[in-house]
Amino acid sequence: MLERLLRSGLATAAGLLTGVRALWAEPPPTAPCVFYGNHVSHGDFVLLWAVLPPALRKRTRPVAGADYWDRDPLRRYIGRRVVRAVLIERERTRRREDPIAQMDAVLAAGGNLILFPEGTRNLGDADLLPFRSGLYHLAAGRSGLPLVPAWIDNLHRVLPKGEFLPIPLLCTVRFGAPVVLMPGEGKGAFLDRARAALLALKPVEAHRE
Amino acid sequence: MSESARLFLGIFAILGLATLIGQLLRWRVARGQAHGVIDNLNQRIAAWWAMVALVALAFAGGKGGVIVLFALLSLLALREFVTLSYTRRSDHVALAMAFYVFLPLQYGLIWIEWYGLYSIFIPVYAFLFLPIVAALRADTNRFLERIAEVQWALMLAVFCLSHVPALMTLEVPGYAGRNLLLIAFLVIVVQSSDVLQYVWGKLFGKHKVAPLLSPSKTWEGFVGGVASATALGAALYWITPFTVGEAAVIALAINLMGFFGGLVMSGIKRDLGVKDWGHLIAGHGGVLDRLDSVLFAAPVYFHIVRYWYVP
Repeated sequence: MLERLLRSGLATAAGLLTGVRALWAEPPPTAPCVFYGNHVSHGDFVLLWAVLPPALRKRTRPVAGADYWDRDPLRRYIGRRVVRAVLIERERTRRREDPIAQMDAVLAAGGNLILFPEGTRNLGDADLLPFRSGLYHLAAGRSGLPLVPAWIDNLHRVLPKGEFLPIPLLCTVRFGAPVVLMPGEGKGAFLDRARAALLALKPVEAHRE
Repeated sequence: MSESARLFLGIFAILGLATLIGQLLRWRVARGQAHGVIDNLNQRIAAWWAMVALVALAFAGGKGGVIVLFALLSLLALREFVTLSYTRRSDHVALAMAFYVFLPLQYGLIWIEWYGLYSIFIPVYAFLFLPIVAALRADTNRFLERIAEVQWALMLAVFCLSHVPALMTLEVPGYAGRNLLLIAFLVIVVQSSDVLQYVWGKLFGKHKVAPLLSPSKTWEGFVGGVASATALGAALYWITPFTVGEAAVIALAINLMGFFGGLVMSGIKRDLGVKDWGHLIAGHGGVLDRLDSVLFAAPVYFHIVRYWYVP
């Protein structure tokens, strides 16, 4: 009960601060799917999750690094109970569970996932870091799985690296057409295509250079 | 019935008429099909109902209600302006101060009616202080552009807009307790000038004023809209401390400021490569799209009233 309240409070607060708008290329899939986005801030999944239609939001869980969210009791509470994150071990040597199996179990149960395939927050100048392979393994294990790219715009300005006070700026989340693994498509080619589909959603720099 | 109540009843009657016309157009001209101009018109009318209701609510709250409403509008307007400005990571502290220090302090100064400070707080102290904060971060990349844009954002979204609730602080002899109507006069005249320019432009508009700045501003719309809104201002003299003639002259002055304010704001939008400042108000765009004329008219109106009507 308290968790549910905190959960909707989080989404409402994010919406009020950023006036976030969702722009859909097409209606979201009705079957289980994976939303994958660019990762520049800890607030990314909150924003992506806040703009989903309520029915969809209810069965969508973010995938996050266990090393970060299990670090102390407060984070563990927020990560596991409030946002119901699927916590995966990013460090190969410390893995006790297979992350792909953990994620696939959520999809099998009819849920959706929010995934940041860059694997870590992008704090540099590049638009998008290289993708890690999880997205491919998920798609390979579940044929026809729709992967919906979602570009989160402006959040890095709301709370830049090293700052603690967010400022109110308008954000958008732009959803593209789902990417589906094609028969016989290799890992590298698929990840390149998925990454290009996400990058294509980045708005053209409105500002004069 | 109080003057404010009568005024709002009048506005609601006009909105009711506009709604009727909008629905008639949809029924007879668009025949229920999608129609760009008519759908946008109906969206705008629906938004007007919400905006008028919001202002009525603020008026019911008196001075505090008006200050809170305009502080919130300033916050939304500042957010729209800064979102489209060029800023860097090193501007974060200066921007946080603009939002969390300068904006609340400006409205706080209006609340305590400290004219001597609120009329120079942003033009002098924000102007000097924020560049210092930015300079301390030692990032000189496009420095002048960045500090200038933060200052412009504060001047327009906070300083200019705060002159609307500041009208509450003016002590006009024989007008005690009626200052909300000074605000009503400004907002009704300037906003109806926008609407009437739109209507005149749509009906008779041919010759564009500044095609590069704004495709929708025509000389026919400008002359017809400003003239009819000026006549409306004269007709509203009974809610003001002005005579009929004075009300007409003042209405003309704020209508002209409003028109040119819209032109300047269009110029900034073209430079930034956007059509609207935001998306908050369906059919209108952002808060800044709706308030651009008020921003330019408010300080001039404030000083006209203060100089000639406050002893």
